[in-house]
Amino acid sequence: MGSKGEKTTVLTGENKMAKKKKSVLSAWDVVKISRHPKRPILQDYLSLIFTNFIELHGDRFFSDDLAMIGGFAEIGDQKVMLIGHNKGKKTEENIERNFGMAKPDGYRKALRLMKLAERFNIPVVTIIDTPGAFPGLEAEERGQAEAIAKNLTEMASLEVPIICVVIGEGGSGGALGIGVGDKILMLSNSIYSVISPEGCASILWRDAKFAPDAAEALNLTASALYKHGVIDEIIEEPGEGAHTNYEKTAASVKSAILRNLEKYKKLSTEELIQSRFVKYSGMGKFSVNN
Amino acid sequence: MAWYSETTATRKKSLKDLWTKCKKCQSHIYNSEWEENLNVCPSCNYHGPITSYERIKLLFDENTFAELFNNISPSDSLNFIDLKGSYKEKYETAIKKTGISEAVVTGHGKINGIKAVAAVMDFRFLGGSLGSGTGEKILRAANYAYDNNLPYIVFSASGGARMQEGVQSLMQMAKTCAGIARLNKKNIPYISVLTNPTTGGVSASYAMMGDINISEPGALIGFAGRRVIEQTIGEKLPDDFQTAEYLLKHGFMDAIVDRKNIKNYISNVLGFYNRASN
Repeated sequence: MGSKGEKTTVLTGENKMAKKKKSVLSAWDVVKISRHPKRPILQDYLSLIFTNFIELHGDRFFSDDLAMIGGFAEIGDQKVMLIGHNKGKKTEENIERNFGMAKPDGYRKALRLMKLAERFNIPVVTIIDTPGAFPGLEAEERGQAEAIAKNLTEMASLEVPIICVVIGEGGSGGALGIGVGDKILMLSNSIYSVISPEGCASILWRDAKFAPDAAEALNLTASALYKHGVIDEIIEEPGEGAHTNYEKTAASVKSAILRNLEKYKKLSTEELIQSRFVKYSGMGKFSVNN
Repeated sequence: MAWYSETTATRKKSLKDLWTKCKKCQSHIYNSEWEENLNVCPSCNYHGPITSYERIKLLFDENTFAELFNNISPSDSLNFIDLKGSYKEKYETAIKKTGISEAVVTGHGKINGIKAVAAVMDFRFLGGSLGSGTGEKILRAANYAYDNNLPYIVFSASGGARMQEGVQSLMQMAKTCAGIARLNKKNIPYISVLTNPTTGGVSASYAMMGDINISEPGALIGFAGRRVIEQTIGEKLPDDFQTAEYLLKHGFMDAIVDRKNIKNYISNVLGFYNRASN
């Protein structure tokens, strides 16, 4: 447990014990929980709350990126297109899945599936959990920047509802590349950052060892992001974290997804696009001087 | 230095004021030549940095530029303090030093007689980083183009998203792309000029989404930092990695255009967009 207290506005609905625990968690504590080796990953949610998963492969261009998976799925009685970053539990799994760090091929697969969802008129659900987009030679060669940019632009005007859930690490552009949703939900111990705390510390504190300070300054926790109006909902984790109770965590995620999908059932396409445009137009805080 | 005569020192100083060495080819080029050549080396064609207003002067016909949204400046919403001090101090210094209030200057004017809207980034302002105010100006300019059916030109120059505003900066990538998406739907031309450097969150958003993407020679354009990539893959990278020429080779650039030709290139391209007025 960190010694720094974190002043946060915590959503109602959790018990007093959990609330007390949360008030002594530093941002760095949260970072550690979000990266816990036993924390549930996409494949766990797939077995616990999604059924009838018809996985679809490939970007129809270069390869099948194992760091990003997707396909038709059912959640409750809702049929959706499910897309998400695919981390592993064992080392060999992680190596095969590149630790959930997608290359352009992964983003292009995601885009292909989102456009398919649009054609089939089913909502998109994305599960975000990545240290970041893969910083590799081939990734640059195949246009990592262009792939992410393309996804942002297409998602902004996608004609079906998009619900995004950050379940672990929201690694910057790598996360946003499947994260332009009508609603952005975060598990209470997940993080979402424009740069990793280690990366930020090496630049602004000249030493990666200041990562805990950087984590605090970056406001990368769910509660900080909710406070600043960047995300829409915090999904409370049980006790010390999701890794302590998979079923309970998954049930909360399921109910949050279904509840948010419900909000978009009655909107026309025009209303949907307009509300998404208004949402993203309002992102960020700046000064207007006269 | 007692032994160093005053006249020698003065003469050396005034000589230094006459020329500046090219960073790339090391040639000594007279400052007047640098100016005539728009800060491009006449010897090796190295394209040096220029400010947003200098760029605007090159782009728009004389006396046609009207600046928009220059009342927008940063806000230290996270109360971000690092080793060197607060974000607020940083941007207040940047505003004083550069005379501009955010990392992009926006407005409209005529490019060889064709009316257009432009957003020109300025690397001097916090490394051209994309913050909330930057994204706001880029979106508002895109909206202006949308509302007035005018082509949109963006000159990028950036080290990426501005860390001190956290995920709010990241969201500017989505915000600006939402503006571009609307231009696309209305078939309004959007030309992206990627200048040195265009990296990170800026290359991974509006900079790469031009209907036409052009760049100046030798510009550094990429997503992740070179060092990060080298550390990740444990290999040395090709010399031309992440240059405009490398992107052209790999299919991500429409053309590489010398600074002095950009204005005419743009007006030429815009001449091909035949649109019924609506």
